[in-house]
Formats: sequence, structure tokens, C-alpha cells
Amino acid sequence: MSKPVIATTSLAGCFGCHMSILDIDERILKLIELVEFNKSPVDDIKTFTKPVDIGIIEGGCCNSENVEVLKSFRKNCKILISLGECAIMGGLPALRNGIPVEECLHEAYIGGPTVQLNKEGIMPNDDELPMLLDRVYPCHEIVKIDYFLPGCPPRADLIWDALVALITGDPMKLPYEVVKFD
Amino acid sequence: MSNLIKFKIDGVECMAEGGKFIVEAAAENGIYIPTLCNMKGVKPKGACRICSVRINGRLMTSCTTPVTDGMEIESESEEIRELRRSIVELLFVSGNHFCPACEKSGSCELQALGYYYQMMVPRFPYEFPQKGVDATSSKIIKDQNRCIFCKRCIKTIKDEEGRSFFAFRNRGHRTEVVLDPVMAEKMDDATAQLAMENCPVGSILVKEKGFDKPIGTRKFDKQPIGSDIKL
Repeated sequence: MSKPVIATTSLAGCFGCHMSILDIDERILKLIELVEFNKSPVDDIKTFTKPVDIGIIEGGCCNSENVEVLKSFRKNCKILISLGECAIMGGLPALRNGIPVEECLHEAYIGGPTVQLNKEGIMPNDDELPMLLDRVYPCHEIVKIDYFLPGCPPRADLIWDALVALITGDPMKLPYEVVKFD
Repeated sequence: MSNLIKFKIDGVECMAEGGKFIVEAAAENGIYIPTLCNMKGVKPKGACRICSVRINGRLMTSCTTPVTDGMEIESESEEIRELRRSIVELLFVSGNHFCPACEKSGSCELQALGYYYQMMVPRFPYEFPQKGVDATSSKIIKDQNRCIFCKRCIKTIKDEEGRSFFAFRNRGHRTEVVLDPVMAEKMDDATAQLAMENCPVGSILVKEKGFDKPIGTRKFDKQPIGSDIKL
């Protein structure tokens, strides 16, 4: 049997969840034995080259590109996991929910106390830039998500246990210390 | 101790003084029933419904129902657990509970109940309501994003003449618990600290005191809520 294939991505996240994947320490060697990585920042494969078994999503959806990537993950992966608070509920980027996008951009590029170099008062509006969504959406409000691993970041042991459980079919242990929302 | 009565919780024989509220009677017998709005020493009001149990086929709040002789109480059935879990989920989606950015994280009772019921994600859509933060007081911050309307602050944080520092404002879905600006001026450090401790979530915070306990040493980091009660 060929190895299960894993893909990962970071949408509106901080890459902290990916750091937590690396935080499984020497078990990463075991992970490489167990699985093969496809599209992921870990191996820098930019596009899907084969069907994927497990897709791991970090971060929620704050712009049109996030939505497109998330939909391509749903299309190419059998199982999708929301990894971390941002993917699950929008996380810190979702603090902007409830504030109009224009107000946020104005604060960031024109009116904010640390803005000094933008004398012409330009807001980013290039066609190449992904459009910001009206608010930040949890991933499961855009596509179907199969599993959720909370934490900011999710503990390395939780990620490891979840992956091993998925690959081997064994039930997850979920000890109290590893399921945390912060 | 003459009026000791017998009752059962999930089939377990228990004993307590008749007339005690079920939550307290259960705790005396080493059985934890989760609570949020209830506080020891304060008149219960059964607002949050998290302590719901089934008695004689009916759902009752165990913080307001006195225990009687021969009572049979169902507390940890899958149905009741599911009901309590859905209450926790509803509380999470109806406010703005950003645990990673909250000063109370790790010591928050709502979050601890999320852990207790292994809430991986609420099954309801997030509301992201627009709420404000009142930081005008010199002692505390009142963050409306996190308030769950348990009324614990209104009932327990009072001056020596019995006047509450906190009060309800507005009605219906616009209801909020606010700090009385006149009373706020005479709030001392001890009262502010007590208000923060009595708040089950992170809605009342003492100023300049956030994140003072490292992760791993906070109230619910290692021990689930109710561990002090469970035998």
C-alpha cells in the first residue's frame, strides 16, 4: 500500500500551527516514514500533483485567495482538518469582524498612529491583490470540514495523535492537557 | 443533622440534609454538576441552565431545585451531557470569545466547560455580534464581548450599604451588564479583584494585570473544572 498523502496550507493564519506541526520534534522522522507530503509550505510544493488523503488547514478565510485555496483543498483532499483557532472560528484576524472593511483599511494605511510614509493616502487597490472579504470566515462556513483540532497553536501531541489515529484507524486518546483553546 | 434524606444521582445512593439545592447536595456526595451563573452563598436563579438535570421526566435546574427524600436524578446521561454541551456552544457563538487573546484564558469557567465537554467546534454559526469595551473606570475593564449575563457581579459586588457596582442596561438582545460610573469612582483594589474573580468569563478584568500567570499554572490548565468536587 502506498503511503497516505498529506497537504497543508496557511490561510489567514500566522504559521504558528505549522510551527506546532514541526514541534513534534524527532517524531517528524517517523512522520516522513508514515506519510508523503504533497502541496505544503513544508516541502514548498505549490500545486496539487496527486490526490491527497489528508488536508490540514491553518487559518480562516479573510480574502478571496483564501477561499480559492480552501476550495481547491476540498476538491483535492479526502479528509480536511481545521487546525487551530483561526481555522475553527476566525481567530485573531476575526477581531475585525463587525468593523467595516473600509474603516479597517483606513486605520491600517491612512489614519493609524503608526502610519508615516503614506503621504498620498493610498489604500492597496491593485487588481493583483486578493479582495478582502466583508469579514473573516471560519473554514467550515466555506467548505465541509471533517475534523477540528483546537488550540493556539494546537499542541504538537494533539496534532501527532490525530494524524496517527487517522492513518492507523486507532481511536484518539485526547488527554485533558492537549485539548486547549489557547 | 436530624433531617438527613436519601436520594439517587445516576443510580448512586446519596445523602444530604433535606431542602438543600441539588447542586450543593451532589457536591457533598462528591458528584459534580456543572454551574456557571450559580455561586456558593448567593441566591440561585437558574439562568444559564447548564446545571439542568432530569427528575421525574422533567428537566430542572439543579441550582434552584431542593433535594427531596427518594428523589431520582439523572445528571450524566448522554442526553443531559449533550444538552449541556449545546449550551456551552451557544454561549461561545453568541459572544466574541477569542480565547487566544483573552486575559482570563486558562482560568475561565466557560472555557473550562468547553474542555469538560470536549468541544472541538461549536455546531452553531458564529454570530460575531458588535459589542463594546468600557475602559473608563480607573480600576477595571468591562468587556461586553465576553459577558454571559450570569449576574454574578451584580449580586456579589456591592458596597458596605449593599448597593451594586454593576447593573443591567437596556432590554432584550441589547441587554448589557455595565459598571455604574458613580459607584466605579469609589471602587477599591480589593473589590476590583473580587469582581474579576467572581466573573466566570473574562468580561471583568483588573486593569494592568492581564496574563500574570504563565501557561501551565492557571486554574484549569491541568485539572478539569469540578475536580475539587469529584470523588
